Amino acid sequence: MSATFFQNARLLDPASGRDETGNLRVEAGVIAGLGPDVGARKGDAVVDCGGHLLAPGLIDMLAFVGEPGMEHKETLASLGEAAAAGGVTSVVVMPNTDPVLDEVALIQYLGRRARDTSIVNIHPMAAITQETGGERMTEMGLLKEAGAVAFTDGRKAVANPVVMLRAMRYASAFDLLIVQHPEDPLLAKDGCMTDGELAMRLGLPGMPVEAETILIERDLRLAAAAGCRYHVSQISAAQSIEAVRTAKKHNRKISCGTAAHHFALNEQAVGHYRTFAKTSPPLRSEDDRRAVVDALADGTIDVIVSGHDPQDEESKRLPFAEAAFGTIGLETLLPLALELYHKGEISLQKVWKAMTARPAELLGLDAGRLQEGRPADLVLIDLARPVQVMKQDFRSKSKNSAFDGRPTQGRVLLTMVGGETVFRYE
Amino acid sequence: MTAPHHPFPVSAAPKKEPAPAFPHRHLLGIEGLKESEITYLLDLADSYVDGNRQADKKHSVLRGRTQINLFFETSTRTSTSFELAGKRLGADVINMAVARSSISKGETLIDTAMTLNAMHPDILVMRHPQSGAAELLSQKVDCSVINAGDGWHEHPTQALLDALTIRRRKGRIGGLTVAICGDILHSRVARSNILLLGCMGARVRVVAPPTLLPGAIERMGVEVFHDMRQGLKDVDIVMMLRLQQERMNGAFLPSTKEFFHYYGLDYEKLAVAKEDALIMHPGPMNRGVEIDTEVADDINRSAIREQVEMGVAVRMAVLDALARGGEPK
Repeated sequence: MSATFFQNARLLDPASGRDETGNLRVEAGVIAGLGPDVGARKGDAVVDCGGHLLAPGLIDMLAFVGEPGMEHKETLASLGEAAAAGGVTSVVVMPNTDPVLDEVALIQYLGRRARDTSIVNIHPMAAITQETGGERMTEMGLLKEAGAVAFTDGRKAVANPVVMLRAMRYASAFDLLIVQHPEDPLLAKDGCMTDGELAMRLGLPGMPVEAETILIERDLRLAAAAGCRYHVSQISAAQSIEAVRTAKKHNRKISCGTAAHHFALNEQAVGHYRTFAKTSPPLRSEDDRRAVVDALADGTIDVIVSGHDPQDEESKRLPFAEAAFGTIGLETLLPLALELYHKGEISLQKVWKAMTARPAELLGLDAGRLQEGRPADLVLIDLARPVQVMKQDFRSKSKNSAFDGRPTQGRVLLTMVGGETVFRYE
Repeated sequence: MTAPHHPFPVSAAPKKEPAPAFPHRHLLGIEGLKESEITYLLDLADSYVDGNRQADKKHSVLRGRTQINLFFETSTRTSTSFELAGKRLGADVINMAVARSSISKGETLIDTAMTLNAMHPDILVMRHPQSGAAELLSQKVDCSVINAGDGWHEHPTQALLDALTIRRRKGRIGGLTVAICGDILHSRVARSNILLLGCMGARVRVVAPPTLLPGAIERMGVEVFHDMRQGLKDVDIVMMLRLQQERMNGAFLPSTKEFFHYYGLDYEKLAVAKEDALIMHPGPMNRGVEIDTEVADDINRSAIREQVEMGVAVRMAVLDALARGGEPK
């Protein structure tokens, strides 16, 4: 494998706090050295970074993929292309495939397929319950050994508290991370956007904020009782955040994430029945959106995810209530997260940490750091360059983005996974 | 530097045609209409009322135009009313009751719309069980779309015919107090009426148990009452809504009996309203559930049959206004 020498880069590493101008040398797929004094060797391919930011590639802790079973929406290959273009070097995929990732053989299959077809690292979460049916536990210990990085029923919540408590207790023996989709299915039933004035005016059945908060509050108590590591996949509401903030004071095993659309948009994005803005949890009020930003700033929210959920056109070109939930997000995750930095709301280190070091820590991944000997998963980015999100630029097989047309700032110039350049902006 | 402030001299701006009185291509809802546009539609409708009482009711405003009534929900009175309105204006009217089976066969709203669009209709009148369906249709077809009811969202021609009925009986809408009673939560009629009456300067009250009210209803500028005797006090208009069968038994209400006891309109509750208060109902009525039979049939108080008559005139006015807006320049 050839060596690469990045020179004249702004090296940013939230794990160590490094933010300095220097060089970085990659050899045999790992970072061979970095800093102002590191020099090139003969035969190195030299990349002049022109002072731009060179940082750990992003780890996206929540994406859906259509393989196996719904390959027309997204394959592992197309997911990889989209991720690479978005500066994402590791993607954690949800178990809501067809069949559901609830058996060792399926986790192994996914791992092989990803290795063969995807240009970025793919890590699966396995289901908590068989077929995500919410009743019988999966073989969590064996699934972990097969490569599952955490456990979740993905887009479905584990609603039954008895099942959840048992799963948490069992998981605690293996130090597994239990990830919950925070939406009580009974309270949210038939709802298609957040409850409130806009839902009323549009004549759409709303999902109350309580559907999220009550499930999280319940789980926080169960997790404390079970002593297990517990993570809320996508938090979206001020009162849910408050519950997590309080719980974190006593319980260090609690963490949570939020999707980029939950701080980049509010319910008004639904406008006149825009189905691309139909998400679960739904886009919330402006007060909730601001609470998400504040919680990212004070560290209550640990992780920023894309929530990438590819849906084909037929699933979205329907009356709002009938349309599928979900927006794609792999290719907009980074520019949207950078809005927080550009607006002066959160430091660049903190934004980056929520998409690298922190998810790596939660998932136990050897990634997300600029450190000698670590895998060379890198992204080179021009922070200042304006980019308009354009539907036709998406690599993802599905084009259901809630952000089509949005002006953003920050252009991925190059993405490297394990020492291989997988994306280069021409 | 002498750069011009404006690329063209102001005097060279093209002479504008006078704006049409109803400058819309579709009627998707009351939301977005101005007071003057509503008044225009009501005036136009008023002009059709007398003609509709003559033996010869035929006009030729829509001669040569094709109107398709596309009903994804069963409806007798609204589809008949639209059919009559179109025919009296000289349009060729086709009724399509889209059976539930064709939806389950996998044909989507968009498929149906594209098929119909290929036949070059001029006006599509649609009722659909999903909110936003009319707006979605309007984005996909080349003709005018009239919303004949979409989910819980809007039913603009119902609100217009209610307004016409009120105006003819009371001589005005502004300044009146109107109580809308019953299942507000699931009612497109309530939403359209709240918007229209508010726009025309009426004071609107809603009277219902909390389970049948949207949580944010006061954001629509209405006064909320859970007690019907307080809600009806001194009102000019009592507008009752239909209560759907499936909401009655335990899910939203304990029972029909309890609902009628507290929220059904009878003479006793009506006594607190103004002496000449008018009773309205969009139909079809559940007698003995939301309205007492005697009250409903009281010719001195009830405007329910008149509402049906105004329905045809209002739909003629809407068809007429949209056709005029769509005429080639």
